[in-house]
Amino acid sequence: MPKTFYDQIERFERFDFAAFFSRVKPEDVERVLAKDSLSETDFLVLLSEEAFGCLEPLAQKAKRITVGNFGKVIQLYAPLYLSNYCENDCAYCGFKHSNPIARKRLSLTELRQEAEEIAKSGIRQILLLTGESRAQSPLSYIKECVSLLKQTFSMISIEIYPLSVDEYAQLIAAGVCGLTIYQETYDQRLYAQLHGQGPKSDYRFRLEAPQRAAQAGMRQINIGALLGLAEFRKEVFLAGLHAYWLERYYPDIELGISFPRIQPQVGSFSPAYPLRDRDLTQAIVATRIFLPRAGITISTRETKELRDNLIGLGLTRLSAGSRTQVGGYALSDKTEGQFEIADTSSVETIRQMVCRKGYQPVFSDWQNGMNRA
Amino acid sequence: METQLIVSGQPIRSRFFLGTGKFASYKIMREAIISSGAHIVTVALRRIDPQAKEENILEYIPKDCIVMANTSGARNAEEAIRVARLARALGCGNWIKIEVIPDNKYLLPDNAQTIYATEVLAKEGFIVMPYVNPDLADARRLRDAGAASIMPLGAPIGTNKGIALRELIKILIEEIELPIVVDAGIGRPSHAAQAMEIGAAAVLVNTAVATSDDPVSVARAFSLAVEAGRLAYECGISPIRESAQASSPLTGFLR
Repeated sequence: MPKTFYDQIERFERFDFAAFFSRVKPEDVERVLAKDSLSETDFLVLLSEEAFGCLEPLAQKAKRITVGNFGKVIQLYAPLYLSNYCENDCAYCGFKHSNPIARKRLSLTELRQEAEEIAKSGIRQILLLTGESRAQSPLSYIKECVSLLKQTFSMISIEIYPLSVDEYAQLIAAGVCGLTIYQETYDQRLYAQLHGQGPKSDYRFRLEAPQRAAQAGMRQINIGALLGLAEFRKEVFLAGLHAYWLERYYPDIELGISFPRIQPQVGSFSPAYPLRDRDLTQAIVATRIFLPRAGITISTRETKELRDNLIGLGLTRLSAGSRTQVGGYALSDKTEGQFEIADTSSVETIRQMVCRKGYQPVFSDWQNGMNRA
Repeated sequence: METQLIVSGQPIRSRFFLGTGKFASYKIMREAIISSGAHIVTVALRRIDPQAKEENILEYIPKDCIVMANTSGARNAEEAIRVARLARALGCGNWIKIEVIPDNKYLLPDNAQTIYATEVLAKEGFIVMPYVNPDLADARRLRDAGAASIMPLGAPIGTNKGIALRELIKILIEEIELPIVVDAGIGRPSHAAQAMEIGAAAVLVNTAVATSDDPVSVARAFSLAVEAGRLAYECGISPIRESAQASSPLTGFLR
């Protein structure tokens, strides 16, 4: 067993993706479409420009695989921002250190208010987020938040700074079931440019975080690349390969991939490699065919119309009624958001949209009592 | 007339068991249960939320059905035991389908952990139906551990590939006196009929019904196939032969 996914990244450092994609022929795509289980090369074929010509049969296959594995069901969850203090200075993020915005960390009283407001909508699965500041939002604070939220929510996931195996184990013991962590970009050079300062500059520590969480016994692990920072075909390929690698060596985790896309028309950061809707759609269906069992999430960064159309093509999870500010649900002194949301629909509107598509919206898929005490 | 299926001393009206996951709505699920006449239905405890503002799945299950909670999500015996106890505490009764799945890619069960969970839960008074790979030695261990039935997979969950493990399942049917319920992999009514023809006591279907375009009719089709297969098994259908056999044999004059 290879020790870490970093070895795989090095394997592809000098791989000429452009040359590979230029050699893909329509018959290659057809051959892959006929297969039951795909190799990494097959996955690359499905991500090629040529494969876009077969998008309809790809989408049909993705739909069959998704329904067979997950049924006619869409999970709904909401993000909850605990704190926007951050020591990093990522150009694409509203919480970056140099951004002169009001900083805030929820008190436990405020957290209770936020939780009550979210719970009113029926949401029972929650994703807790913080900026990266161990000083302002230490592990002890996050544990306190989890203990409080366990009373209200059936499944608690985290999207915070990367931790050690022991720290992940502490959060699992406190009641955390899932981890979301995006590598942002798998391109090491670009990563260094974008994250030159702050704790996030350690590419490898972030890359290996999902593996550490798996070693600690985390149940759900969700990874991804922030799409738009680099050429998407390579990024989606490496994120997919990362998931495949985790699935192989840690088979008991429920693995997920997200497709967060920087929208050029929304917010102030202009992505160097903006994705069109067709690119995002191809990325999702190719990933679904390569990883039949992976959960697939898109967030409220996307418009309601696109989310509506992507249900059935591979999606299994949607965030609903999201607020990306600290205090965004219930507090009057809320902060600026981390990013602009495109789909501002209420949970109820999303619920109805999912039902209209012939899918069952699932608000709760776990129970706290099922976790290790 | 078919013989009655008895599980743990309790008569069961139908040899078709239905899983309740993956349906587009609880309403469709309920109609599928009714149209199939299923008596035992499985429900994942993870989907039962006593605090939910949304509809509760249990309210959609007809009152005359036996709800068999399953331990979906359990990765080892300890988690399965915890889920079973929680299910009973939430009012789901004593019937428990043990699923211990440490492999999220193929969803194949862990027999050793399942045997341990069976032993613990049977002692606590649960009616335990373990979902396992069809292995004779393990089936004997499960019987000795107090299982009420054994549920071998026909093929991996959700694949609709039918009774791919037919030869191994046949051995369980011949050697283990408990009801053998073929669970997982059954993709069409003909697969269900095949399982019944080789002597399975019942079949459990979920994906093939829930994800079809018309779950209510498909559930009924499965149920009829199960009945036909059982009837064929009980009345002793003719064996399949390698060569044709004339109805007027050439050597008939020797009699």
